[in-house]
Order: sequence, then structure tokens, then C-alpha cells
Amino acid sequence: MIKKILSATAILAMASSVAYAKSINIGFVTTLTTGAAIIGVDQKKAVDLAVEHIGGKMGALDVNIIYEDDEFNPQKGKQKTEKLIKSGDVDIVAGYIWSHVLLASAPVVLNANKILISANAGPSPLAGKNCHKNFFNISWQNDQTPMALGEVLNQRAIKSLYVLAPNYAAGKDMVAGVERTFKGKVVGKDMTTWPTQIDWSAEFTKVKAAKPDAVFTFYPGKHGAAFLKQYAQAGLSSTPLYSVYTLDSLSLPRLQQAKMTGVLGTTMTQFWSPDMDNPQNKRFVADFKKKHGSYPSFYAAQAYDSIFLIKSAVEATGGKVGDVDAMRAALEKADFASVRGKVRFGNNHFPIQNFYSREVVVDSNGKWTTKITGVALKDHQDVYAKDCNL
Amino acid sequence: MDINIFVEQLLNGFQLGMLLFLFAAGLTLVFGIMDLVNLAHGSIYMVGAFTAATLTLWLDSFILGIIFALPLTLLFGMVLEFIALRTIYARDHMDQVLATFGLILFLNELVRIIWGPAGLAIPLPILLDGSINLPLGIVYPTYRLFIILIGVLVAIGLYWLVAKTRLGMLIRAGASNRVMASALGVNIRLLFTAVFGLGAMLAGLAGMLIAPINQAQIGMGEEILILAFVVIVIGGIGSIRGAFIASILAGVIDTMGRAFLDVLLLALLPSNAAEAAGPALSSMLIYLLMAAVLVFRPQGLFPPRGG
Amino acid sequence: MLRLMEKATPSSTVILLLLFALMPFLAPILGEAFYVDVFARIMIWSIAAVGLNLILGYGGMVSFGHAAYIGIGGYTIAIFSFHEINNGFIQWPVALAISGAVALLFGALSLRTKGVYFIMITLAFAQMIYFLGVSADKYGSNDGLNVWHRSHFKLGNVNFKIDDNITFYYVIFFLLLLVIYFTRRLVNSRFGMVLKGSRSNEVRLNTVGIRTYSYRLTAFVISGVICGLAGVLQANFEKFVSPDMMDWPRSGELMFMVIMGGLGTVFGPVMGATAYLVLSEILSSFTIHWHLIFGPLLIILVLYGRGGLSGLFGKSND
Repeated sequence: MIKKILSATAILAMASSVAYAKSINIGFVTTLTTGAAIIGVDQKKAVDLAVEHIGGKMGALDVNIIYEDDEFNPQKGKQKTEKLIKSGDVDIVAGYIWSHVLLASAPVVLNANKILISANAGPSPLAGKNCHKNFFNISWQNDQTPMALGEVLNQRAIKSLYVLAPNYAAGKDMVAGVERTFKGKVVGKDMTTWPTQIDWSAEFTKVKAAKPDAVFTFYPGKHGAAFLKQYAQAGLSSTPLYSVYTLDSLSLPRLQQAKMTGVLGTTMTQFWSPDMDNPQNKRFVADFKKKHGSYPSFYAAQAYDSIFLIKSAVEATGGKVGDVDAMRAALEKADFASVRGKVRFGNNHFPIQNFYSREVVVDSNGKWTTKITGVALKDHQDVYAKDCNL
Repeated sequence: MDINIFVEQLLNGFQLGMLLFLFAAGLTLVFGIMDLVNLAHGSIYMVGAFTAATLTLWLDSFILGIIFALPLTLLFGMVLEFIALRTIYARDHMDQVLATFGLILFLNELVRIIWGPAGLAIPLPILLDGSINLPLGIVYPTYRLFIILIGVLVAIGLYWLVAKTRLGMLIRAGASNRVMASALGVNIRLLFTAVFGLGAMLAGLAGMLIAPINQAQIGMGEEILILAFVVIVIGGIGSIRGAFIASILAGVIDTMGRAFLDVLLLALLPSNAAEAAGPALSSMLIYLLMAAVLVFRPQGLFPPRGG
Repeated sequence: MLRLMEKATPSSTVILLLLFALMPFLAPILGEAFYVDVFARIMIWSIAAVGLNLILGYGGMVSFGHAAYIGIGGYTIAIFSFHEINNGFIQWPVALAISGAVALLFGALSLRTKGVYFIMITLAFAQMIYFLGVSADKYGSNDGLNVWHRSHFKLGNVNFKIDDNITFYYVIFFLLLLVIYFTRRLVNSRFGMVLKGSRSNEVRLNTVGIRTYSYRLTAFVISGVICGLAGVLQANFEKFVSPDMMDWPRSGELMFMVIMGGLGTVFGPVMGATAYLVLSEILSSFTIHWHLIFGPLLIILVLYGRGGLSGLFGKSND
């Protein structure tokens, strides 16, 4: 008798465990150690907030995020990616701040026939020649933001430009982007050793000698803050500074603390700004501020979007995360509410979106942030899409 | 090319050299007199920077911040010496390298836990934050001139200490013959502690001075460490004078390389390659110099007298 | 060969070698296919560690720049692959030859110095190679270079590929055994005796007419070639190279592996590399603050682990 009850219970238990859904495992690779961790930590905050906002579920599946630290190193990033694919049993891999880490790690995911969603890095090879049907990018293509900036420079009748950027994949893409749209003359260019060079006194002397109408720069993370400090100290504050990915919600609080008023009023371009007026963004920014006491960065905004993007695909396929073809088709539709407003994917799975000019301002609470001042590029698609045979 | 550009670049190189000197001075003292290869010198530099940053923000004054941070950094250095470094004095250099390498890992993580992963910026007083008009039409950052001034003062002070005071004499005695010196009644233990303390303060000062330019960052010590070792080998281990000259040389070579090498290379290479190779090659130059010194004059360019 | 290894190797060596040999079968059973990769990496680093130990452990030459040879070996493969030359019969000998040539150049200059100067100059030379990698814009500079295809060995009727991970795993294993065997023969020969003697009695040896400089230089070159081999394997395994693989912390890590295993024993470096990498792997999966534990552990090891793991397992010092 007891045996019968036991076996019945066992069968029931097994049956119910089958009915009890599974979860979706999302591997998220970002930088959680080293000096660049500030970016990865911001992304993690955003992903955690997104998971909270969706109630921890995508459709009927429980959401399980596995974070891995790339240590700002392409080889480590690649190894962690392999770990996710081989032993983490992940369904989707997302994240990747750095272009060089992404380029090293992408083959691992794509060769395993899994979907890879970049929440920041947008190197040109992956947008063009080496595009892949399972690769998606929910941020931008590296060239776009500086292309928008080139447009802004033209709009403001800048005739001569000095370019300062670091010598790695993203740096080169940024410079290529500006040079593509800027109609004036580039009177000087220095591609500094990355990431070891943190003193620009020699370069600033050259800038002063060249007397350009404006300076264009790209230095993400900690380099940005150091660059801006030294820029002001070198007496260059009267030369307008235009930047991409250098001034953001991560660097501004520190610059405010250091009283670097020189950055107020400088211009940059971006696909998003904390002050964008749509319900999704308003909730994101408000809750992020409430929880962490600071504005989210664009890195965070992208990471936040990646979760909602995945959610839309999971729900569209009815939870069939293992069916890569169905998931891909659903992802391509980009049928989700993005914090940037409208967005859709091009043939190469990179976003087609607006880019805005933004200015550094002081908000009503005295905190430094950025505000949209105009549209630089509308519904813009990256230039590499035509090289992609998807 | 204008003369004022050249002079300004020279000043840039000089200033870079000064920062390097402040860091290398402590390193060469400890290495030369105590025979200790201390990779964690960079960690003391980092702690100095963070301490000064925090104090500056609390006290709302950069000068006060430095004044109070110096003794705190000294304290930190002493604690470090007592707990971790005493045991490795007698070890061979490889052991010292490896042990202090482990120390770096530990201290970086500790700083991360205390101060968080982001860097700390130090606001400068208005007086130091602007630029000064120099002759030849050069507009130069005030703060960089300040650094050059401090560097020169420290160099003079150190020279006076080592060459003209009793303490300096004891230092030199202890370095050249430890056993004899202690037989003559010199407390070598205490002496080493004093030297290490001095070295720690110098490292801390270097960190505090560079922080307003580059922010206090985790791992900032490693960025400068290898270069500092190169410099003291070129200058002569244990020689303050050598460290000074070699640091200036290193700063000027690096700056001049970044300023003018790409122009030279553009004549030989396509522009992309020239733009990238320039900065990287100028980094290489200083290592080439060290290799040459080691092969032809291994005691360094200005070895300490009688050392 | 087995007899030679058995003679002075206690059971721990055999166990470790068996573990290496059987991992491709064990891993799926343990449910962690990833382990095959972990151990392939361990074996590659072991090869480099055995190479460094030849001069560090036996010869007392503290080279703080051996990661440069790993980088040279790796980059040669990557550059060949970039230019679409994937034939291992061309790539591998060239990679080893270049590693050896550079080791000859750097060694010849470095061995004219001693002590801490030797440490510094080997470091300087390695940094020069690192900056060379960084400045090579065509070959990726900081971004590194993807190696799209592993080497394949095509000559006449031979067409051997290492694309399959398991096949490649055993190729690495075989090469590890080869390197250990070769090193063992070398240190137990007359060459080895001179090398060991030159560590402490250089003057005496020179007096009886043995030019220790050429022995030490030869050992340096051999060790460079072995590290070059590790680099070749690494480039093929990771399918990626970047300047980071030659940066000075990598050289430091390599030194740790050798020390951990116990200097001056043939098999020690293998145990050291295994211990170092397994420990890093385990600790880093517990907490992101793992350096807080790892750092002091390394310090304690340096201070108190004189015989290294080999000493711990009662190995005789030879």
C-alpha cells in the first residue's frame, strides 16, 4: 500500500516537474573588475532593474542571468564566453562593452549556433563583411555616433578639426565615422597608445600649435575624465570640444565633484539621453535614480533594452528559446518598447535609429547631466550594412 | 616649426620626468640601500592618491589634503613594511619580485573594496587650475609648473639629506657595508625603517600630485612601475641624481617621440600605420636605452659614489 | 622512456599524467565538457613552464620576460594565418625558428649581466616585443588578431588537421610528454651538469676550461623555443592572439607556476602550472574579490614553499 502511494507520488512529482517550466539562461559578459568596472557595474544595475521590472519572467519562463567578467581583456572575455556556452548551458549570450573583446568572443557563440546580442560594442566587421545571422546589436554601430557628430560640426560651420582618439578598434571606428561626414579639414590627428597612455600634454601642445576651430575626441571610461581635466588645464577651454562616448552619466558626477565647469555646454551626439520623453525611458531613469542615486549611462540603457528585446522574442515564440530560427525571426521584428523610442533592425541586425545632439547641463537638482538639443541624423542606418550579405 | 612649440614640448617632457622622478626616487632609495625590489611601491603610490583625494574632498582644500595625506601614507607604508616586507629583506630578488607581485593583487582588491571600482577625481584650487602666460608666447598649465617646482624642491631636499646630513651619512654607510655599520653601533633595523618610510612618502606624494591630472585609479601603480624600474636602472640603482637625470631623459624622450615621431614616420609609412606606430615606438625607445646601458655600463649612468 | 620517467617520479606525477590523458573521457561524465578546454590550457602553460624552468630552476637565470617568446610563437601563427598560409609544416618550424633567433639575440645580450640586472633586462626586452605588437597596426595592435583556421599539416599524402578539439588535445598532450622527456634527458646529460654547476660555480667551471656562457646561452635559446612552441599551441587553441599575452604580468605568472611546482625538478612546472590555473579558476568562481585571497596565497608560497609542490610530495631534487 505504502509502496503504491510512494510510487504514485513519485510519478506525480515527476509529471509536475516537467510541467513546471524551465527557465531561460542568459549569459551576460561585461567588465566587473579592473578600473573599467564602473561601466560593467552600471550595466549590471540596469539588467537587474530590467529583470525586476518584468517580474523575473519572460512569458512563462523564469529569467536566469549569468554574469561573467571579461576583466577588460579579449582573451579572458573569450574564455568566459566559452565557459558560458559549454558549461553555463546558456540560451542566449549578451553584453560586451569592448569591441576587441567582442571580436575575439563572437566566433565562440556564433559557431555554437546560439544568438549573440551586443549591448554596446559595434565594430564595423560585424556590421559588414563578417555579419552573422545570429548576431544582433542593440546599441549602435561604432561609426554612427561620430558620423552624427560630423553632421553637427557641419551644421555649426566648423572648418578645421583636430582629432584625438585611442588606437584600438572602437577608436579607429570613431575617427572613421567623423571623417566620413565632416566636410571641413582635419588639421591634425593623434591616435594614442591604448590603454597605457594617460597623459596628453604633448598632444595638447600640438593642438595649440594647429589652432583648429574645434577638437574631436573619443576616450571612454576613466580615460575620458583624465582627458577632459588635462584639456582644461592646458588652456584649451576656448577651443570648442566635441566628443562621443567620453562624457556620460558615469564621468559627469566625478567631473562635477572635481568642479570641472569647462565641460558644461560641450556637445556630443548619442542615440539616447536620460531626458528622453517616452514612458519606458521615464520609468527606467526614475527607478534607476531612485535605486542608485545617479543617472543611468547609455551603457545601462542599452543593457536594459537588451532584456526587453529578448523578452519580446521569448513571448513571440511562446517560450521556445531552443528554436534558434524562431527566436531570430522574432528578434528581427524588434517589437518591444525601447528607452530610445522607435527602433528597428537593418539587414545586418544593427539598429536604424535617430541620433541627437546633446549638451552637458545642470538639472533642476543641481546635478550635471545631458540634454537633447536637436536631431543630428534621422532614421540612420550604418554604412556597412550594404557589405553584409544577409 | 616654431621655437615656442619646441620649448613647450620640452616643458611637457620635463614635467612628465618630474612625476616619474618623484616615484622613482623612493624606489631607488629602497632598492639601493635596502636591496629590496618592491613592486608594491606602486600600491603605496595608489593609496597616497586615494587618501589625498578623500581628504581633499572632506577638507575642501587640496593643500590641506596633501598635508594630511602624507603622514597617513607614511603610516600605511610602515604598516606594510612591518607586516609584509620585513620577511623578504633577506630573500633573493626573484622572491622579492614575486612576493610583492602578490601584494599588488591583494592591495588593488583592498582599495577596490574600500573606495569602489571607479576612480576619484581631485578638484584643484583655482590658483592651480588655470594656465600661466610664459615668455615666448607659451600658455602653460599652472599645475604642471607646480609639479616641476615640487619635483625640483624634492630633488634638492633629497640631495641635501643624503649628502649633507648625518642621517644621510648613516644611509650611505648602511648601504655600502651593513655589517660594519651595525658593528659600529648603527641600528640598521631602525635605519631601514626610516629609509622605507621616506620612500613611502615620496611614492605617496607622487600619487597625490598626479591624481588631479589623471584621477586616483585602481592599478595606477602598475602603469608607472616598470617605467620607473627602467629609469632607475639607467640612472644607477641607489642614486638619486641618476634617478633624476634618467627620469627627465625618459620624460623628454617619450614626449618628443609623441610630438615629432609620427611626422618622421609619415614619410616612411602609410598614415594609419604611422599614427599608431609613433606612440608605441616612442614607448619602446626608453627600453632600448636601458638595454644599451645594461650591456655597456651596467652600473648605470650615475652610480652612487662608493656604492 | 616510461622507465626513465618512472625511476624518479612518485605516484603524484603518474596520477597527474593519467588525469591529463583521460580528461576528454572524464569531462563528459562529470558533466563539464568545459574541463577539456581548461586542461588543454593547463598543458599548454605547462609546456611553457617546463621551458622556463630549464633556465630558471636548473640554470638560476631569472628571466622576467619569457612571455615574449610565447607571444612570438603565437603571433607567427596568427600572421601566417592572416596571410592565408595555414600549412603547419611551414608555420610551426618558422615560429620556433624565430623564437629561437630572438632568444639568441636577447640571451646573448642579457647573459652579460647578472642578478637583478638580468631580471630587469629580460623584462625590458619583453616589453619591447610587447610594444612592437601594440604598434603593429596591420596585425590588430591592441585588438589582437583572430586565427580563423587552425594549422593543418599538408605534405604529399599527409593531411593532418587539428580542428577537432579532442584530436588537438592529444596533440598537446603528446607534445607535453615530448618536452618533458627531452628536458629530462638534457638535464641529466653532461650539458645539464654544466648548466646546474654554472648556477653557483661559474668561476670554477670557467677555470677548468668550460665556457659556461655558451652553455647558458644554449639553454636560454632552447627555453625560448619551448615557450615559442607553447605560443604556437596557444594561438591554435584560442584561435586568437593579442599583445596582452606578452605583457609582463604574464611573465610573472609563468614564474609563479615554475616556483609553485618546485625549482629544478623536471615535472615540477607541470604541477605548478596545474595548481596555479586550477586555483585561479576555483577562486575566481567564488567571488570577484578573489585577488584578496590569491595575493596573500602567492606571498605565503614564495616565503614558505621553498620546495614547491614537488617538495611537498617528497620528490627527490634532480
